[in-house]
Amino acid sequence: MEEKYLQYTPQDFKSDQEVRWCPGCGDHAILSAVQKGLPEVSKALKYNLERYVFVSGIGCSSRFPYYVDTYGFHGIHGRASAIATGVKVANPTLSVWQITGDGDALAIGGNHFIHAVRRNIDTNILLFNNQIYGLTKGQYSPTSPLGKITKTSPFGTVEHPFRPGELVIGAQGKFFARSLDIDVKLTSELMVEAAKHDGTSVVEILQNCVIFNDGAYDYITDREHREDRVIVLRHGEKMVFGKNRDKGLVLSGLSLKVVTIGQGGFTMDDILVHDAYNSNPGVHMMLANMEFPDYPVALGVIRNVKDSTYDDNVRDQVLEVMKDAKIKSVDDLLNSGETWEV
Amino acid sequence: MDKQKSVQELDEVVVRFSGDSGDGMQLTGTLFADASALFGNGVNTFPDYPSEIRAPQGTVGGVSGFQVHLGNQKVNTPGDFCDVLVAMNPAALKANAKWVKKGGMIIADADQFNEKGFQRAGYKTLDAVTELNLQDFKLIYAPITTLTKESLKDSGLDNKSIVRSKNMFALGMVYYIFDRPLNFTEKYYEVKFKKKPEIIEANKKVLRDGHIYAGNIHAIPNTYVIKPSTTRTKGKYRSINGNTATAWGLIAAAEKANLPLFCGSYPITPATDVLIELAKRKDLGVKTLQAEDEIAGICTAIGAAYAGNFAVTSTSGPGLSLKSEALGLAVMTELPLVVVNVQRGGPSTGLPTKTEQSDLMQALYGRNGEAPMVVIAASTPSNCFDYAFWAGKIAMEHMTPVLLLTDGFIANGSEPWRIPSMKDYPAINPPIVPEGTENFMPYARDEKRLARGWAFPGKKGIAHRVGGLEKDFIKGSVSHDSMNHQRMVDIREAKVQRVKEFIPEQEVLGDKEGDLLVVGWGGTHGHLLTAVQEMRAAGKRVSLCHFNYIYPLPKNTREIFSRYKKIVVCELNLGQFANYLRMNLQEFNYLQFNKVQGLPFTVVELVDRFNQILEGK
Ligand SMILES: Cc1ncc(C[n+]2csc(CCOP(=O)(O)OP(=O)(O)O)c2C)c(N)n1
Ligand code: SF4
Repeated sequence: MEEKYLQYTPQDFKSDQEVRWCPGCGDHAILSAVQKGLPEVSKALKYNLERYVFVSGIGCSSRFPYYVDTYGFHGIHGRASAIATGVKVANPTLSVWQITGDGDALAIGGNHFIHAVRRNIDTNILLFNNQIYGLTKGQYSPTSPLGKITKTSPFGTVEHPFRPGELVIGAQGKFFARSLDIDVKLTSELMVEAAKHDGTSVVEILQNCVIFNDGAYDYITDREHREDRVIVLRHGEKMVFGKNRDKGLVLSGLSLKVVTIGQGGFTMDDILVHDAYNSNPGVHMMLANMEFPDYPVALGVIRNVKDSTYDDNVRDQVLEVMKDAKIKSVDDLLNSGETWEV
Repeated sequence: MDKQKSVQELDEVVVRFSGDSGDGMQLTGTLFADASALFGNGVNTFPDYPSEIRAPQGTVGGVSGFQVHLGNQKVNTPGDFCDVLVAMNPAALKANAKWVKKGGMIIADADQFNEKGFQRAGYKTLDAVTELNLQDFKLIYAPITTLTKESLKDSGLDNKSIVRSKNMFALGMVYYIFDRPLNFTEKYYEVKFKKKPEIIEANKKVLRDGHIYAGNIHAIPNTYVIKPSTTRTKGKYRSINGNTATAWGLIAAAEKANLPLFCGSYPITPATDVLIELAKRKDLGVKTLQAEDEIAGICTAIGAAYAGNFAVTSTSGPGLSLKSEALGLAVMTELPLVVVNVQRGGPSTGLPTKTEQSDLMQALYGRNGEAPMVVIAASTPSNCFDYAFWAGKIAMEHMTPVLLLTDGFIANGSEPWRIPSMKDYPAINPPIVPEGTENFMPYARDEKRLARGWAFPGKKGIAHRVGGLEKDFIKGSVSHDSMNHQRMVDIREAKVQRVKEFIPEQEVLGDKEGDLLVVGWGGTHGHLLTAVQEMRAAGKRVSLCHFNYIYPLPKNTREIFSRYKKIVVCELNLGQFANYLRMNLQEFNYLQFNKVQGLPFTVVELVDRFNQILEGK
């Protein structure tokens, strides 16, 4: 009999709950990418459905767990990283997915987020970045660009935004990838990569909030310009982009530089090859921080580095200590150390 | 040794060791307590230390103390006042002189009573006796530092290590006074300094020299014996403090439930030792996660509970404040969780190292919404084990968070404990949902406890979603329906009230009726018990009703209260339990006795107050 994990279809991951996001919200596309991605993950890693746990905080995006027919935990604002950490440590065989918004992960939950990344606990974090607070109806978030006019910044924000990739790599993150809500195929593909990676995998998904921040990513999503303004990175491949595949990235001094192949003396040989596995975060940081119009926005797996994980270390340490432990039960414990008879 | 000296027999005695934070007084006191427990005495201890790790040397702020109460019977408090005070410097004497009984003995290190010492401790003169009014005390100035140096001059140790041993010289003196054998403490050195034989020898020598010195000076006219207790139940004993007992009780609950124990916590005085004790127990498979803050501590625990571990988090006052929102989440998701709150002086960071009972209202009600949870309070160092165990049993079997209150006094205090056997503890049977259960409804309840099922991720056929949004009564899906909300609020309360049917009836010490019922809860037990026993010995019609189960209250509480002419509620706050009783049992009149000084009650002040009440004052 064929194992069940080989047979899943997206339908298996659809719950009976009515999806309540606004029509046109980018979250719909991400949901369908996840429902398409899960059968792929199952196939790649031999996971049965009951192994998945989706954990979220609070926000529009955090409603997500209700819509996938797996185990799910809809937590409190900002705490998804901590809850997910507990789930994973309690049962390391589970495949734990954290769904979080830019406010949830980077404002109220910033502390938990960076510590989850630092610990390298084996969870997969899908960070829906719409650069706004959706659920509370349109206040600026830690990723809103400087000067952004919102309900709580009627004259424009006066604070510098986080760049999630920079934050992840700064917190010693080992896996960072980026996708667009509308690119369902890429998002599914990145889910498989994230799942395969042992340790905290952060996938930032640039998401459109049609109601409160519509068009925030039009500059890279509209068909006309998309290919000239984004670069999809793949490990081992040249960093080439553009409609005509004639643009590429080279290293100039200590910075990246966009060049046109065949112009200014640059040939294909000069173009950098993407090495996601390099433990040195230097180039990864530069790639993660590329912003339009000076650079194309990097999509795909930017960083994917092996290291020991928190959950493995916990398990190994317990096994190691248990191996030649003298205390094997509570009775042993109670009778250990200094005791006397009366 | 001078055999001429007379030996007096005493029923009980209180010794207080005090010195600079760096003088090793906590260890000295612990060794004395352990030696006495081994000897067969009843023992109760109370450490009293400053929150600064190293306040400026020689200042009153840096004084650390450790009080030991011994008796030929079980003793229930560390004693109000001491018979013997060891003061390693002028600051220690200044800070503790008020705790010595009139006519008591004070052993002071004469070498520290110099101009510099007096000045650092903020004396106005160079005459401690007059300045502190110590004329009626028996003050023994012994050159402890000099004698320790002399004792170890050939030891090969450096000067700093030599001076550091002076606490053992003082301990040797105290051992002489109370005719204690040295061998237990010698054995301790052998284990503790296994790899440093020179330190073992040095400590032994100093201890013995202190002992000999005390025997030679004529300032100590008598030695005293406190006979081993004859009333204690036979069996194997150990010494235990409240935090260790709490940690072990939690492990015991995990063992009985046959589930892994997970603890997510953030260090905070005086609760840190619960985390420390659990972290040591990798041998029993305990997983501890030192989180980035208290919020993460409880949220990792909630995640672990969802995933099927017995999950706990430990903290103290300010940390409990941070956990409030997540406590509500645990109420809503109806997951088992034990939250240990070791109370300390508040508000805010307050008095981190001092004891208080002022988090009761926060434990009962400190959450948004109607968020009931079981609240239990341990009342002695050793029964922290039992109440931690019961907290775990109730949490898992009733699918509810349980808040276990202890306090700095019982958490750090220690007493001899007859080692229980796990076969005498009941099984713990959580309502774990079997794999493949058909038509699984996450919020369906059992009729007896009203507990929902616990369905672990990873099991086939019972995948479900939980969260903080209001739940449908059966399906557990999100529901904003108004009548459903009313029903859920009611059933969450009813579920917690149902615990009443599973906890023991409230007991009363003393007659079943009388003139005065003394009511207390938690860590004041020893003092209230001793005070009530004293009153009863004097023929007064006084009984004690001391609570461990607070929310819900035991079923027979009303009935008990109705049988006494007066009720006085004694607690280390401004009256939180008294007001809680006023809310719940409104027909009674509650007198109060409250104290908020960061200190336990004294038996004397309790007895005084009870007598006043009896006299109608
Ligand atoms: C403790 C707490 N503070 C504030 C809120 C209100 N709140 C809910 S969601 C949210 C921000 C959501 O923004 P984001 O995380 O970016 O998610 P989105 O809705 O955009 O998907 C806020 C402020 C809350 N639920 N809890
Ligand atoms: S408010 Fe924005 S983010 Fe929220 S559901 Fe609507 S479109 Fe999506």
